[in-house]
Amino acid sequence: MQWEIVIGLEVHAQLSTQSKIFSGSSTAYGAAPNTQASVIDLALPGVLPVLNKGAVERAIKLGLSVGAKINSPSIFARKNYFYPDLPKGYQISQYELPVVQGGNIQIQVDGAEKNVRLTRAHLEEDAGKSLHEDFHGMSGIDLNRAGTPLLEIVSEPDMRSSAEAVAYAKTLHALVRWIGICDGNMQEGSFRCDANVSVRPRGTEKLGTRCEIKNLNSFRFLEKAIDYEARRQIEILEDGGSIRQETRLYDANKDETRTMRTKEDANDYRYFPDPDLLPLEIPQSWIDQIKQTLPELPQARRDRYISAFALSAYDASVLTSSREMADYFDATLKQLPAQAKLCANWIMGEISGQLNKEGIEMTACPITPSQLAELLARIHDGTISGKAAKTVFESMWNGELDKNVDAIIEAKGLKQISDDSAIEKLVDQVLAANAQQVADYRNGKEKAFNSLIGQIMKATQGKANPAQVNAMLKKKLDG
Amino acid sequence: MTLSVSDVKRVADLAYIEIDEDEAKETLIQLSGIFNLIETMQAVDTSTVEPMSHAQSVVQRLREDAVTETDQRELYQSIAPQVEAGLYLVPQVIE
Amino acid sequence: MFNASLKQLSLQLAEKKISSTELTTEFLKRIKALNPEYNAFITVNEELSLAQAQAADKMIAAGQAGPLTGIPIAQKDIFCTKGWLTTCGSKMLSNFVSPYDAGVIERFNQAGAINIGKTNMDEFAMGSSNETSFYGPVKNPWDHAAVPGGSSGGAACAVAARLAPAATGTDTGGSIRQPAALCGISGIKPTYGLVSRYGMIAFASSLDQGGPMAKSAEDLALLLNVMTGFDPRDSTSLQRDVEDYARDLQKPLAGLRIGLPKEYFAEGMSKDVESAIEKALDEYRKLGAQTVEVSLPNAPLAIPVYYVLAPAEASSNLSRFDGVRYGHRAKSYGDLADMYRKSRAEGFGAEVKRRILIGTYVLSHGYYDAYYIKAQKLRRLIAQDFAEAYKQCDIIMGPTTPTVAFNLGEKSGDPIQMYLSDIYTSAANLTGMPAMSIPVGFGDKNRPVGLHIIGNYFSEAQMLNVAHQYQLATDWHLQSPV
Repeated sequence: MQWEIVIGLEVHAQLSTQSKIFSGSSTAYGAAPNTQASVIDLALPGVLPVLNKGAVERAIKLGLSVGAKINSPSIFARKNYFYPDLPKGYQISQYELPVVQGGNIQIQVDGAEKNVRLTRAHLEEDAGKSLHEDFHGMSGIDLNRAGTPLLEIVSEPDMRSSAEAVAYAKTLHALVRWIGICDGNMQEGSFRCDANVSVRPRGTEKLGTRCEIKNLNSFRFLEKAIDYEARRQIEILEDGGSIRQETRLYDANKDETRTMRTKEDANDYRYFPDPDLLPLEIPQSWIDQIKQTLPELPQARRDRYISAFALSAYDASVLTSSREMADYFDATLKQLPAQAKLCANWIMGEISGQLNKEGIEMTACPITPSQLAELLARIHDGTISGKAAKTVFESMWNGELDKNVDAIIEAKGLKQISDDSAIEKLVDQVLAANAQQVADYRNGKEKAFNSLIGQIMKATQGKANPAQVNAMLKKKLDG
Repeated sequence: MTLSVSDVKRVADLAYIEIDEDEAKETLIQLSGIFNLIETMQAVDTSTVEPMSHAQSVVQRLREDAVTETDQRELYQSIAPQVEAGLYLVPQVIE
Repeated sequence: MFNASLKQLSLQLAEKKISSTELTTEFLKRIKALNPEYNAFITVNEELSLAQAQAADKMIAAGQAGPLTGIPIAQKDIFCTKGWLTTCGSKMLSNFVSPYDAGVIERFNQAGAINIGKTNMDEFAMGSSNETSFYGPVKNPWDHAAVPGGSSGGAACAVAARLAPAATGTDTGGSIRQPAALCGISGIKPTYGLVSRYGMIAFASSLDQGGPMAKSAEDLALLLNVMTGFDPRDSTSLQRDVEDYARDLQKPLAGLRIGLPKEYFAEGMSKDVESAIEKALDEYRKLGAQTVEVSLPNAPLAIPVYYVLAPAEASSNLSRFDGVRYGHRAKSYGDLADMYRKSRAEGFGAEVKRRILIGTYVLSHGYYDAYYIKAQKLRRLIAQDFAEAYKQCDIIMGPTTPTVAFNLGEKSGDPIQMYLSDIYTSAANLTGMPAMSIPVGFGDKNRPVGLHIIGNYFSEAQMLNVAHQYQLATDWHLQSPV
C-alpha cells in the first residue's frame, strides 16, 4: 500500500521581551539559578499576574505577518497540572479565544511552492527547568525560565513529508527573526517544535490516529523524528496493528521516538478562564500602529527580487532566508545598481561561506556592503578578474590596507591586462613558441586551444583579461 | 447526578491529595449532599445567557515591558523546605 | 480608650494626650491577657508593633500624621506581611514568614497605622464559623459558647472584645459581613476592584475583596479611605479618582428608597432576627426613608452558584501549595507525586480539601459546561436581578444572616448547614456589589443581629451615610460585650 504522511507542527517561540509575560523579572538567558525568579514567578501566596505589553505586541506582529485575524477580546485561561517546574500548579495560556486566529505561510520544497495554513497562535508562559544532576537522589528546580513569554504557533496538518515540515519550520523560524519577535536560538530553547504525525493510505481523506512528538530542538531532529515516526506507524499498520494516540519523545542518541504518555493517562487540564486576568482587548488603532512598524516581509521581498532583479527563485529564497542577509544584499545593490546577480553570487558565496566558517553573524560581517560593492565594481569594470577579486576579498576580510579595494589591487599587482595591443603581443609570442599546438588545433584538436589559453594566462600570472585573450586567440587561429 | 467513591478518588488524584478508602467514603457522603444543593441550578433555563467571569466589565491592563525585579534569591529561599546550590530540591523528576 | 472611636484616638494622639507607643502597649497588654480565652490572634509580635508605634510617634511629632497614624489595626492573617508569620489559618503555611507585603499592608504602613497582630480565620477563608482554622476556633465575645462567624472570625472578635480599635477582613461569600453580624460590629465589603488583592492570599479570585471591620460606620469610612485605591500589581484593581468615603456621612436620609427583596424576607429567617430587622427598618422610616418591596428571583440560587464558582477557582488557586518552594512538606514520602499528595493531604484541613475536590470536579472533563458555565450564566442572571431592583430603590436591606450566632460545634459536622449561613451574603460577591453589616439589636440568647445593606456599584459613601445616620439615632454599635 502507498502511505501518505500527514504532519502538523506546534512551535513554541520565545518572545524577545526584556521582562517576563506576567512579572518584571528579566528573561536574560544563562543567569545563576533562581536569581531571576520573583515572588510572582515563584507563585508565592497572594501574588497576581499583570500582562506584558511587549508580549502582546509581538503576538500581533506575527498575526499581521501571516495574514491572520487578531482576536479582540482574547482570553487567558488556566491549564491545571502539577509539576515542580510549574510553580502555580497551572500554566497561564490561552484556550478558547487565542490572540491570533488563522493565517498562512508559504513554503518552498524542491522548487515548488506550497501553502501551509495556521490554526492559531496563542500567548502563554514558559515553565522552569528540572535539573537531573544527582542531588542525593533528588532533582533541582530552577525557575528562571518560569514565566518567560511564549507564542505557541499551531499549524493545520498540511504537510506531507519531513522535508515539508522542515521547510515550514525554517520559514517560520526566519519569519519570527525577520519581524524581531524571537531570537530563534534553538540551542537555548527559544524556538521549539512539537510534531503531530499520522499516516493514511494514499488517496483517502480520513486522518489516521496521530502521535505528538515532543522535544525537537533542531531542524535535523525534526526531520529524523518524523521519518522515524512515520516508518514506525506504517510498520504497525502493515502488520495489521493500530496506532495508539500518545505523546512521544524523540531520543536523538538512539534516533527513535518512545512513549512519553498515552491518551489514557493524559491529564485532565481543567481549563477555565483565569479570574486574575481580564479579557485582552486590542484596539484597531494599536494594530494599525504596529502595521506601520513592520518591515517588508520575506515573501514580499523574495517576490520583488525575482520580478525586479530577475533573480532565480532559489537565489531569492536564499537571500531572504534572514532579514540581515536581505538587508545586506539591498545595501550592496544600492551601491552597484543593475548588478543583482553579481551581488547575489558574492553574498551567497564568499560572504556566507566565510561567515559560516568563522561562526559569525551577518551583522558582525567585517566587510560592509559598500566595501563589497567597491570590490564588485572592480570586477564589473574589468579592473580585476573574478579570481583576483577573491584574493582582494581575503585581504579585505583580514583588514589589510584599511580594506581599501584599489590599494589592495595596486599593492598585490592584481590589475588585469585589458589593453588590446598588449594582449595581442602576448598571444603572438605564445603562438610563435608553440607551433606544434597551433598545428594540432588547426587539425581539429580542440583541446589544444585550452592549452594555449593556459600558456597565455601563465605568462601573465593570470592577469590577462580572459575574455579578451579568448577572443584574440580565436581571431588569430581562425582568422 | 450520583457520585461514586471512584469519582471521589479520581478527583483527589487530579488534585494531588492523598485520600484513603474511609476518607473517600466519608467525603462521598458530604459531596453528594453538596451536589444535591448544586443541582438546583439546573432548574433555570440559561440557554440565552452569556457566562459572567468577572464582576466588572473592564479589560486587561498592560504593563510596559521593563525589568523591575532584582535578585532576592537568598530571602526567598530562606523559607524553602529544601534548597541546594540555589535550586529547589524535589524527589527525582522522571521524564 | 478601648471603646474610643478612631476619630477620638486620632485626636488624643494629635493632642499628645497619649503616644502611639503607649496606645499600642495598652492594646498589646490587653491581647496578652485576653487572647488565650478568645484565640482571636494567631500571631502577636510586640517588637515589630512597637517599632511601628515609635515611627508613628515621630510622624506625629513631625506634624506628618494622617487620620490613622499611630492607631493599632488588627490584620487578618490572609494578608502577606513582610517579616510576619502569615498562615492563612492553615498548617500548610504554619511556617511561612512572608518575604513581601500585601498592597493593603503597604497602605496601612504608609498611613502610619500599627499592625497590632495577625487575626485568626477559617483556613484559607473557607468557613463561616472560624472552626476550620488550624489554630483552633475563636470565641464569640458575646457568648463564649457561640462561634464568632467566619472566615474573618478573629477580626470580628478582636474588634468586639476591644482587643483592637479596628481590623481588616476579607469577604468571598460573606466573610466580613457574617462575622461582623454575629459579633455585633460593623463591616463593609467594598465594590470588587476597589481594594488591592495583591498579597491577599487568594481563595476565589473573582469574588475575594478586602474590607474594614470596626465599631461604627464612621470608623469604616476612615479605614476605607486608606484601604482602597488603585494597585498596578492587581489586574482587577480599578483605576478611579480618589474619593473621601466620609464625605456624605452627615446627609439626612429623607427620601431614601430602601428596597426589601421579598426573597430575603421569606422562610429561612429566624423570628428573633426578623424582629430585630423589622425594628431597624422602622427606625429608618422614622429617619425619613421609605421602604419598597423588590424582587431578586434568582437570588436563592446564589448559594449553589457560589459553591460551584468559589471552589472551582479555589481548587486552582491552592495548587501552588505543593511543598516545593515554601510551606508544609511531608516528613516522609516516596516519589515526587507521593510528596505532593502527602504534603497536601497533611497541610490542608478537611473543609479546604472538600472544596478543592468540589472545584476539581466541576472543572473536570465532561462537567465543566454543566456546572462551571451554568453557574457563570446564573451569576449574570443574579447580577441582572440586582440591576433591575436598583431601578426601584437606592439601596437594598435585609438580614445579614438567617440566625444569630450558633454554638461552637453545632454545624461543624454538616457542611451544607454551614454553607447556608451565607445565604444572604454571597450574592454581593457574585455581582461584585458593595455590601455591609451593622449591628441592630439582639436575638435569642442575647446574641447580636446584623442588618445587611447592599449598595449599587461604587455607592460606598452612600451606604456609610445610611449606616451612620442609623448609628447616630441608635446605640447598638456602642454596646460592648466586655
